[in-house]
Amino acid sequence: MNEQVVLEISQVSKRFGKLSANENISLTLQQGEIIALLGENGAGKTTLMNILFGHYRADQGSIRVFGQSLSNHSPEDALQAGIGMVHQHFTLAENLTVLDNIMLGTEPLWSPISHRRKARKLLHDIASDAGLEVALDSKVRELTVGQRQRVEILKALYRNVRILILDEPTAVLTPQEVDDLFTLLRRMVEGGLSIIIISHKLQEVLSISDRVVVLRHGRVVGEASTDNVDRDQLAEMIVGRQIERPTAIPRVAGKNLLSLQRVSVHGSRSSRPLLDDVSLNVPASQITGIAGVSGNGQSVLADVLSGMRRIDSGEWLIDGHAVSTPTPKQLTTLGFARIPEDRHTHGVVGEMNLWENLMLDEIGNPPRWRAGLTLNRDAARTTAEGLVKQFDIRCSSTEQPAALLSGGNMQKLILARNLARKPRLILANQPTRGLDEGAIAAVHALLIEARDRGAGILLITEDLDELLRLADNVVVMHAGTLSEPLPANNLSQRELGLRMAGSH
Amino acid sequence: MRLELRESTPWWLTVLAPLVSILVSLLMASVLILWAGESAFAAFQSMFKGAFGSTFAITETLSRAIPLCLTGLAAAVAFRARFYNIGAEGQLYCGALAATILGTGWITLTPVLMIPLLFLAGAAAGGLALLLPWFLKTRVNVDEVVTTLLLNFIILLLVGYALEGPLKDPMSMGWPQAASIIDEGVLPALIPRSRLHAGAFAALLAAFFVWVLLRYSVFGFSVRALGLNPEAARHAGIPPARTLLLVALISGGLAGMAGVSEVAGLKGYLTLDLSPGFGYTGIAVAMLANLHPIGVVVSAIFLAGISVGADSMGRALGIPSYIADIMVATAVLSVLIGLMFCRYRLRRN
Repeated sequence: MNEQVVLEISQVSKRFGKLSANENISLTLQQGEIIALLGENGAGKTTLMNILFGHYRADQGSIRVFGQSLSNHSPEDALQAGIGMVHQHFTLAENLTVLDNIMLGTEPLWSPISHRRKARKLLHDIASDAGLEVALDSKVRELTVGQRQRVEILKALYRNVRILILDEPTAVLTPQEVDDLFTLLRRMVEGGLSIIIISHKLQEVLSISDRVVVLRHGRVVGEASTDNVDRDQLAEMIVGRQIERPTAIPRVAGKNLLSLQRVSVHGSRSSRPLLDDVSLNVPASQITGIAGVSGNGQSVLADVLSGMRRIDSGEWLIDGHAVSTPTPKQLTTLGFARIPEDRHTHGVVGEMNLWENLMLDEIGNPPRWRAGLTLNRDAARTTAEGLVKQFDIRCSSTEQPAALLSGGNMQKLILARNLARKPRLILANQPTRGLDEGAIAAVHALLIEARDRGAGILLITEDLDELLRLADNVVVMHAGTLSEPLPANNLSQRELGLRMAGSH
Repeated sequence: MRLELRESTPWWLTVLAPLVSILVSLLMASVLILWAGESAFAAFQSMFKGAFGSTFAITETLSRAIPLCLTGLAAAVAFRARFYNIGAEGQLYCGALAATILGTGWITLTPVLMIPLLFLAGAAAGGLALLLPWFLKTRVNVDEVVTTLLLNFIILLLVGYALEGPLKDPMSMGWPQAASIIDEGVLPALIPRSRLHAGAFAALLAAFFVWVLLRYSVFGFSVRALGLNPEAARHAGIPPARTLLLVALISGGLAGMAGVSEVAGLKGYLTLDLSPGFGYTGIAVAMLANLHPIGVVVSAIFLAGISVGADSMGRALGIPSYIADIMVATAVLSVLIGLMFCRYRLRRN
């Protein structure tokens, strides 16, 4: 490995009002090195990257890229200097071809000719050097998520990026796609690229990076060569204390609380059904996991199960009896809790107070409603205070708007609302997405506790680690269909990955 | 620079924001007044005198505020639920039509029963006028802005037809106007020889009722949740279609009441120029009040004062009274900006 320093961040500090987002952060990146940047939400990773890209100005400190100083720079300057970023949410135009997406913005607006042939040849060279095969003429809409990510990487390489920053690159990939991505990254590093990966998934960080840098409360709290640390040490460095990950002890399955039988949901006329003849049982005292690469129908399934979407054919069974599609309110009355995938759009009303959000699904329920007609504010506030304490929701008061909660605390608020009434069944859709280690452990503990109490839980998640650790049974979702339930205890990540890719 | 949600709004800001906003709109209007060659101070003085300077001026302003208050409430209720009812003008005419059908001799009761009956009928007619947009929005996902707005013209044509045909007053010498409301149905004047009538009580009562409803009831909570985040409200079990149905009936009903109060209180009979756009100005009234029912009363009086005052200023100084429209528009815009700063603060990166 060449020991040339390509990026040097020294003593960077940034304050937002009272909050110190970055404090004296120093970091060096050498050529051909992969660094993993770790930290909880709010630890300062995003701020640091925003400073590097010129979205924010640092209050003090300096940045040198390839020996040249960058200060008061714009995002364009950063790109010019050779820094590129692949965001977690891709920034591609779906209706354009791969080639168009890559060339977009690289040519002057008023230039009369587009040098497509030249670009095509250059891209071929770059792609074959890096081992990055993408069909340049296919529309981005037709690509899988993994392929789209490759387009993003190719886009960065085309712009002559020599320092690549990847934000949560594996969040949307199957295990096989993750392997492919890592092979690609290693090959690109051998070609002289340097990489910073921002990630939550410790296992993956350990397998790909050369060095880890851990941020906490805006400071660098640890830096180590990856060979010298293990997973538990990393987790401890990230949160600053030991995390006890709860483990689930298997329980005997109870009666089926909820079943779907041969349910189909059609999309727009031309496409294939969104749910294709799906059958599913959710028994009491069990965590039933649903595995699948995102976009294979999990959201539609969750919409159906939370009463948000009608089914076109098939049958709902609740406690063994056939019923018509229940409304969300009926589900609440039945004791079926729903934790939505997207906290912000489906979980909370951001501009309402915490206590109002904590009673959002209480429509018509005493004691917070007097006679079902007027609101008992005092009772609602008292209940909210209790829930805030019980579920450890960090907030300034129950009067603050819910939108100001951090992701983890917002999730705890939704859990508090759902678990307070001791539900019989919980639909948990991506319950830990975007949360940090501490919050994840708390959410897991709550789910396991509910199951041990006898609740049936349906867990939809893209985090296979989580799935295999929590679930008693796993159902794999692919292209709108569901597999038979598989016992989780003798299922490997690899086998699950193959099934998720549809090869079983 | 970016906007950041405030944790809480300091009380002085909620008081200061509308005052500063109105000051800004006055400043902007004074530029135009100076341009027209008059002293801004004299113009505003004449305007204030015209609106609030004498008993007559005050009764004129208040009688104009009555329909504005009711249509403002109609907009406030609907907009809170994010049901953008732009059709208060049409619903107002529906209410007026119902009052005309019932109140021109078809039924005769004592005033104590007759007047509430007319209001009830007008409210029902206004509410019914919103059923079609409600149905189209909740069942087939048609935007209510389009349907309610276009229904205005359909309803106006319907009223035009009624006034030329079945409802035409044979004594009107050929003018397209309906027969007068019978004496039992006429809203009594509150001050002798003024145009201020008992509709004022209806407007105040309605504002109080809406305020209590929105603030203390389960329905009000549902409306607020639905307006701020319809998806989350639905997910939590608040039934959108049913809640919006009530919203539509209340909103249309309030606008219908405005029609009744104009027909039975101010004019005495229905014509096609019953409303100089009260339905549309009601939206400005509601916006200016930040959709708060009690605020609607204040902002209705304020906007009524501006338009009455501008008329009198136009007569006294020769400045076109269109300045009133400009002042209303700038006031609404600056209040909206002011309210944004109440909820968000500006942060430099």
